[in-house]
Amino acid sequence: MRFAGEGGQGVVTSAEGFAQAAAQEGYHIQTFATFPSQIMGGPTWTQTRISTSEVLSSGDALDVLVAFNEEAYNTHKDEVKKDGVIIYNSGDFEINNNGSSIKTLGIPFDELAKSTGNTRASNMVVMGALADLVNMPQSILETFVTKKFTRGRPNDEQIISSNIQALSLGKSEIEKNNFHLGELSKSKPPKYEQILINGNAAISVGALAAGLDVFIGYPISPATPILLWMEQRLIGNDKFVHQSSSEIESIIAIIGAGYSGKKAMTSTAGPGFSLMSEGIGLAWMTEIPIVVINVQRGGPATGLPTKTEQSDLYASIYPAHGDVSIPVIAPGTVEECFYASIKAINWAERYQGPVVLLSEHALAERQTNIPKPDIKKIKIENRLTYTGENGYKRYEGEKLSPMPIPGKPGSYVANGSEHDDWGDTTHLPQRHIEMTNRRFNKLKLLENEEYESINNHNEISIMPWGGSKGPVQEAYKNLIEEGVEIGWFYTMFLNPLPKKLLDELKEKKLIIVPELNYRGQWSSILRSYGINAKSITQYTGLPFKVNYLIEQIKKNINLE
Amino acid sequence: MSVNNPEYDFKWCPGCGDFGVRRALEKSLTDRKIATELPMENNVVVAGIGCSGNLVHLLEGDRPYGFHGVHGRSLPAAMGIKMGSPDLNVIVVAGDGDFLSIGMEHIAPQAARNLNVTAVIMDNAVYGLTKGQSSPTSEFDKITSSTPYGKQEEKINPLKLYLEYGVSFVASMMSSKIKDLANLINIGMDHKGFSIVHVQSPCTTYNDTYQLLKGNKKLGIAPIAWEIPEAHDKSDINAAHDIVDKGGVPLGILFEDKLRASFDENINKLNEKVKPRNLDKVIESFSI
Repeated sequence: MRFAGEGGQGVVTSAEGFAQAAAQEGYHIQTFATFPSQIMGGPTWTQTRISTSEVLSSGDALDVLVAFNEEAYNTHKDEVKKDGVIIYNSGDFEINNNGSSIKTLGIPFDELAKSTGNTRASNMVVMGALADLVNMPQSILETFVTKKFTRGRPNDEQIISSNIQALSLGKSEIEKNNFHLGELSKSKPPKYEQILINGNAAISVGALAAGLDVFIGYPISPATPILLWMEQRLIGNDKFVHQSSSEIESIIAIIGAGYSGKKAMTSTAGPGFSLMSEGIGLAWMTEIPIVVINVQRGGPATGLPTKTEQSDLYASIYPAHGDVSIPVIAPGTVEECFYASIKAINWAERYQGPVVLLSEHALAERQTNIPKPDIKKIKIENRLTYTGENGYKRYEGEKLSPMPIPGKPGSYVANGSEHDDWGDTTHLPQRHIEMTNRRFNKLKLLENEEYESINNHNEISIMPWGGSKGPVQEAYKNLIEEGVEIGWFYTMFLNPLPKKLLDELKEKKLIIVPELNYRGQWSSILRSYGINAKSITQYTGLPFKVNYLIEQIKKNINLE
Repeated sequence: MSVNNPEYDFKWCPGCGDFGVRRALEKSLTDRKIATELPMENNVVVAGIGCSGNLVHLLEGDRPYGFHGVHGRSLPAAMGIKMGSPDLNVIVVAGDGDFLSIGMEHIAPQAARNLNVTAVIMDNAVYGLTKGQSSPTSEFDKITSSTPYGKQEEKINPLKLYLEYGVSFVASMMSSKIKDLANLINIGMDHKGFSIVHVQSPCTTYNDTYQLLKGNKKLGIAPIAWEIPEAHDKSDINAAHDIVDKGGVPLGILFEDKLRASFDENINKLNEKVKPRNLDKVIESFSI
């Protein structure tokens, strides 16, 4: 179901409300949203997909389009399935539908809402109509409304009853016109506890679970919600959270905090990430644990602030000048966002250096139901610290060594210039060799992570990365059902790649990499390892559609 | 070559003002160690890039911790260190190029926060390490390697800027007055909030201003440096501006706001007001 209209018309609240109500009933849901880069108004749409099993993508063609205004109708009508339904705001515009197989129904959302005495209940009119369309009992929505508006305020009851009235009005509009869109299968609620969360929040909770001490960030779409989340919740003794004056200040300040012994993190997106490059090089050079979250948006420079893309992979692994190879973890699902965040902090502590947590807009704003994490099972890592006396050579040898903490014995200079084992500046060739080897050797500590390898007796395999995992997984499942012989590889640990995975990939005839960028960044990196990899690229600012992927994968394995 | 490390190969030119600043800082750190009974490792010296930043490697005696980062970013690093571990004493050492050109954008936010660190700025009005380019404090029309026909920018007035930005402790000194400088650094370190000790530290190779600062009776040159009178009211921001307006290089404390809370104190107060979030409850809040 796609909800489209102008920002502020209730587009997002309808979509997310309907999804949340369905999730409460035990359905699996996923929402995908794209917003205009402006505060009020502007074309916006949100898509909600509901299923009795795990939802892997936000779906291709639409069963239902809810058009809040005429522009939305014109923009999105062609994506509705032949047997689909369009519900539109007849208080705002009329449509002429002669000749189309698509059923259309005008409902005056705002007028009906007004008649309940609650002008803000238009979204409830929409939700009531949709529920009836798929034979979803209204009681589910009533429970949702009661839960949502029981806030301990004197007018709670009044608000709840007007909202329920709005639901009924929507429902009766569908009944009057005898509209139906099949029946939603009965939900199969999972046996385990669940939470409903989006990618940005999952990353934030994960960081808290990993023992984050310091967060410093600067507002930037689509990473801002992480900063706001931290400002609210990273509170307490020995914790520090702050909005910085720039991304340059953010990155250098978290390096300072990391140096002082704390687990420190920042979040940003493309433009801010570019400003952080020098700082990331500094953390690499000084061997200070920090985590940089990069929530990718589209394009270079200001680009597409509110669209999705996977075009920062080169920049994440090689952000800075000189010889660097920055560890990168790119979660593929909302659930992985939580665990990737913990891993990123653990990695930074383990190898003593910067880690990039590479997310993307499509994950950041995606609401979905995931199993509730069991925090008792989470493994938290802390850096190896120096506990001896003064006179310690912090950078001695070509391997990881304990890190002194300011305030305690073991003083040294954390130096961004090439240095000797004390941390003092040097230009000797032998020192540059030793220290470069030392910095790269530490990456070996990160090469034993998990990965997915399925059906890999086949010669050709598919390997998505990041947020394209869901749609690619759905395409892959369809191909397997069709009997196509193809294998599956996946890991969120992109740099360094798990060593065993690298060996497996090298054995394959072809690795197909669907990715949302122009250059085919991941496949070109794989080719640099001697793997025969080829990309399926897309650079529309939107996620992959499953049918497009199926078609392209078949082309690549010469089935079409 | 430094006393602590024979391999270290950086040298200041003979007569460099930074020698004096180094000795003053060594003295104030030693004094502080005795006064606070805290080990030298309680101090972190955050250095900028340039001749002055090398001070962190050249310090003699007990070694404090050091952080020698990237050009212009000493204040953000100091902020992370201080706010990450507020018990540490954090000192920034940087030059006029590092602090006032590429790093200028970082002064105002720290002044607004009143970050509790002490910055010792070595101003020689030239980029020495890259061999004599103009800096924000070089005079208008000054001929340098990057301004072969004269610098076509007015020089900035750092003391005026610090006061305008709201830096809560502003002092000015010259590098040859080691005892006075050490004393100012000590007062700056004791000050709760952002303190800047701006030091005229001449570059004997590219911009030797010793004679200008101290004057030369024989040649009839009057000194541009002058002592701030005892009677000056350091808590009065207008009086501080008046001192700057008199011109030359004032020596002593221009301004000192003892009433304002520091950034870490304010953050502590916030943390006392807001209840810490328990992880279980945070996760619970996302329950369906």
